[in-house]
Amino acid sequence: MKKKNASSKAAGRDRLVTRRILRYIRPEAGYVAISLLCALVLTASQLVVPILCGRGIDAMLGKGSVDFKRVGTILWLILAASGAGAITQWIQAVCNNHITFRVSRNLRNQAMSKLQKLPLSYLDSHLSGDLVSRIIADVDLFSDGLLMSFTQLFTGILTIIGTVAFMLAVNWKIALVIIVLTPLSLFVARFIVSRTQHYFRQQALVRGEETAMVNEQIEGLAVVQAFGHEAQTLKDFDRVNDRLRAVSLKAVFFSSLTNPSTRLVNNIVYAAVALAGALIASAGKLTVGTLSIFLSYASQYAKPFNEISGVLAEMQNAITCAGRIFDLLDEPEEISAQDETENIDCDGRVGFEHVDFCYQKDRPLIEDFNLQVESGQRIAIVGPTGCGKTTLINLLMRFYDVDSGRIVLAGNDIRKIHRHTLRSCYGMVLQDTWLRSGTVRDNIAFGKEDATLEEVIAAARKAHAHSFIMRMSKGYDTVITEDGSNISQGQKQLLCIARVMLTMPDMLILDEATSSIDTRTELKIQSAFLEMMEGRTSFIVAHRLSTIREADVILVMNNGKIIEQGDHRQLLEKDGFYAKLYNSQFAS
Amino acid sequence: MKHLSKYLKRNRKECILAPLFKMLEALFDLFVPMVIAVMINTGIGKHDNALIIRCSILLVVLALAGLALSFAAQFFAAKAATSVAADLRHDLFAHILSLGAPETDRIGAGTLITRMSSDLNQVQNGINLFLRLFLRSPFIVFGAMIMAFTINSRIALIFAGAIVILSLIIFGIMRLTSPGYKKIQGKLDRLTVLARENLTGVRVVRAFGMESKEKKRFQAANKELVLDQMGVGRISALLNPFTYVVVNLGIVAIIRMGGLYVNSGIMNTGEVIALVNYMSQILVELVKLANLFVQCTKAAACADRVGDVLDTEPSIRFVEESDLSVDSEEAVRFDHVSVSYGGSGKEALSDISFCAKRGQTIGIIGGTGSGKTTLVSLIPRFYEADSGSVSVFGHPVEEYSAAQLKGMIGMVLQKARLFSGTIRTNLRWGNPDASDEDLWQALKTAQAEEFVRQKKDGLDEEVEQGGRNLSGGQRQRLTIARALVGNPSILILDDSASALDFATDAALRAALRDLPGQMTVFIVSQRTSSLQHADQILVLDDGALAGIGTHDQLLKECPVYREIYDSQFRKEESGS
Repeated sequence: MKKKNASSKAAGRDRLVTRRILRYIRPEAGYVAISLLCALVLTASQLVVPILCGRGIDAMLGKGSVDFKRVGTILWLILAASGAGAITQWIQAVCNNHITFRVSRNLRNQAMSKLQKLPLSYLDSHLSGDLVSRIIADVDLFSDGLLMSFTQLFTGILTIIGTVAFMLAVNWKIALVIIVLTPLSLFVARFIVSRTQHYFRQQALVRGEETAMVNEQIEGLAVVQAFGHEAQTLKDFDRVNDRLRAVSLKAVFFSSLTNPSTRLVNNIVYAAVALAGALIASAGKLTVGTLSIFLSYASQYAKPFNEISGVLAEMQNAITCAGRIFDLLDEPEEISAQDETENIDCDGRVGFEHVDFCYQKDRPLIEDFNLQVESGQRIAIVGPTGCGKTTLINLLMRFYDVDSGRIVLAGNDIRKIHRHTLRSCYGMVLQDTWLRSGTVRDNIAFGKEDATLEEVIAAARKAHAHSFIMRMSKGYDTVITEDGSNISQGQKQLLCIARVMLTMPDMLILDEATSSIDTRTELKIQSAFLEMMEGRTSFIVAHRLSTIREADVILVMNNGKIIEQGDHRQLLEKDGFYAKLYNSQFAS
Repeated sequence: MKHLSKYLKRNRKECILAPLFKMLEALFDLFVPMVIAVMINTGIGKHDNALIIRCSILLVVLALAGLALSFAAQFFAAKAATSVAADLRHDLFAHILSLGAPETDRIGAGTLITRMSSDLNQVQNGINLFLRLFLRSPFIVFGAMIMAFTINSRIALIFAGAIVILSLIIFGIMRLTSPGYKKIQGKLDRLTVLARENLTGVRVVRAFGMESKEKKRFQAANKELVLDQMGVGRISALLNPFTYVVVNLGIVAIIRMGGLYVNSGIMNTGEVIALVNYMSQILVELVKLANLFVQCTKAAACADRVGDVLDTEPSIRFVEESDLSVDSEEAVRFDHVSVSYGGSGKEALSDISFCAKRGQTIGIIGGTGSGKTTLVSLIPRFYEADSGSVSVFGHPVEEYSAAQLKGMIGMVLQKARLFSGTIRTNLRWGNPDASDEDLWQALKTAQAEEFVRQKKDGLDEEVEQGGRNLSGGQRQRLTIARALVGNPSILILDDSASALDFATDAALRAALRDLPGQMTVFIVSQRTSSLQHADQILVLDDGALAGIGTHDQLLKECPVYREIYDSQFRKEESGS
């Protein structure tokens, strides 16, 4: 009962998804119409050629009794039919390509737009690999399925209808043989497919296991080699690999039985038609030419059935993929207030008023947090790794919204400020240095597309990145690869800093930006930052106490909570967590 | 591809039997039109119903025999394909494990993983299809032609002509479209990169308010993809109509000539029908063959990508076995060592010389890209010196086997990496035979005892993939403990305390000092406070040794060191 409910629910969902897919296709209605028309002509031509052949053969009864005039006419008809078939087949394929590629392109673009609007809480809690595979792989599978459906479904159905109609009209007895026996092949195919699915699932499972393992070991290859662990790793791998070998064999073998089995049914149908047809013809109630038409129909009749069962599987797959994409498109977006303002006079004052915030309802993090930051102040956020320092940045930038209380920027609740306006007030350098694939220049000019080369160079100089950029083979035109693996971590951070230097925002957020830059470089950056921070409110997350000693306010965090607040001297006098942290620097 | 043949040979039996059975099946298929011809000519012509029934039974027998042969063929093809893929996976993985850092840096972990998984899957599918079809389809095509010759050699010439034209069409379209498919794959890769980039960099994109610009970038790339897809689609869509027309032209010619011969009594109607049937069979097989070509081209490209990795020779080779005495007091010696980055010519290290005595603690400090990691990576021979020599306990590193050299060295890398399993399985990497007591001892030294004790399952606490259920600091301490479990003579900590707070860092160093035995410790760090008690500190500046000595000596003599120190300490000293 329960199972039935679940399956009917799934079917209902599939219907909804299908209806939605049709909405995406509607703008291409003209192409769909042409495609259908072509399918009609194509099928007709494919059905008529065997008939013409049969008639042609009937026109040659034996020695000296060949009706050449009739044969000639029929041959011209065959040529005309196959020409029309070929042309419509090509037009149909082009239309179908057009429809599917357009639909999948729109889907991809929409999914990408959606990504830009999803709240960070969603993106942080979903694996990015999964989201990428929805945008790329799922859309690909979807478009494959759609293309196949368009190409084969209509022609398949039309072929079946046309064949059945013709056969019934000519000789219903033989037609009956074919009509009764052919669904057998469908049944056989179904039976085998349902058996093999089990092995396919298992294969996917073991394959996933192996990929996860390979992933881990290759990414940690240096460790594997440092510990001379290669032999053990290979042994572990072989265990999984042998299981995969065994289950793959079963999956591949059993799934490959479908074709021969349906071919067997098809061949038996063929034999039955030959038998019935020949007996009837022998009795003189059927011409040889008509028998040949029946035989060629019998040999091709099962094909659309097999194709349609393939198409149905493919369509199911496409619907599943489309469902996953629609799920993404239906996620709630970042909420924006109706009366958002885009005009604020960012004066560098920021206030936290009774702010409560948590990521999970049952684990409160920030409770009743109050802080008034005056223009130009430096706020340092300190604490052990994983203490939740990035939470404050998430709130300041409105990557996340507070649960209660409010954050005020220049007198406005930040929930009433347009996100772009709010975010443009801050210059941010994050812990994870992110660069995009593209040139060094593109990366520095990321926040200011129309920046001139001079401006870019000036920013790079200020960030002390100019000299290493000039040492690279193509200078500012050097292309940074996808994961930035062709430059060092420190260099990446210098580029991220240059990126901020170029936009010169009113306030700064520095998130451990200097943690993997050596102290000497850091010192240089520091002086550039000091210049930049002059008159600008700055929030700094850092491990190095030397960089935060001069902060106006130090927020000490631990386990996600702000546990102490004050300046360096006050906190030392308090002799609490901060004092312990600070003194430990000289403890050895 | 040359690799593939080696693996196919290993499964020679299956690789021969699969197409062989397939061919026999095809042979039976070829008999069918002949049987029909007999039925029509003799059976219908002479009203011999018994013959008609016998022929029908023969058709069923042929179908059943075809099924049996086909099952056998499918089994051997599946067996060969899955074994080749499994063997390749094994060898590829083993080969990747043998590659050194210079090679894996160049190729990239992501690519290696794709080649292990999706590329090899494609190869498996390709082999399976190939074994099943590569003989069957041409066999039917040529078989049909030969059968046609047995009926009437002049009409059979039509078959020969049609086959030549069809082959030209198929190969022509393949050649036109295959570069297009490659281009499409490239465009799709580009889209993946853009999507992934936007997810990893979502905070930066939003901080700069660049959402709409990113959207446009993606849309532009997407449009390019679709244009290419449509372009290639238009050409490949020509294949089916062309073959359709050519085959029908063939049929027209057969009927035309057949009519002449029937009229003059050379042929009978049944034979004309058989010839038309053979022509139709050719059409069906050619469509299959064209599909096979597409699949095989894809699989071959994937096999090439796998082959590229297998062809990459590890640049660093160790001697098989070594049993060198390691009682020298000189733990590590560098003699005028220089290293340049792969191909770029720029030196990562130039002319480094120093000697670390047994039991000493060596600090290494210097700017970003100054070569600190490269220097310590030379000791376990992750990289090799281009000139000069690196010796460990009196012997050049090249004389050690991998097992002996790495057995002496405990290496803690910058990136703290753990493997899925439990804390115990991870720690035992250092020494598979370590007792729990040994493990706890190592954890204690690594300042990890406390948090492991707090875990519900202690040493059996599960570690998820990449250790993501542990904090950065916890991971770092576990990797240090892992190195200590092996009881190394040389311990290398490559900036591996960066996620620890100052108190823990200090306690760790104190605990390392107090360890029994004479362990030589290399500490790479950005903090002078972590190094000031070292016996020697190497100061690196842009790959060169800017100073060497104790903290106090360097403060006096080395301006680079003093600058680093001042940036971290001066203000406290003057303040307190």
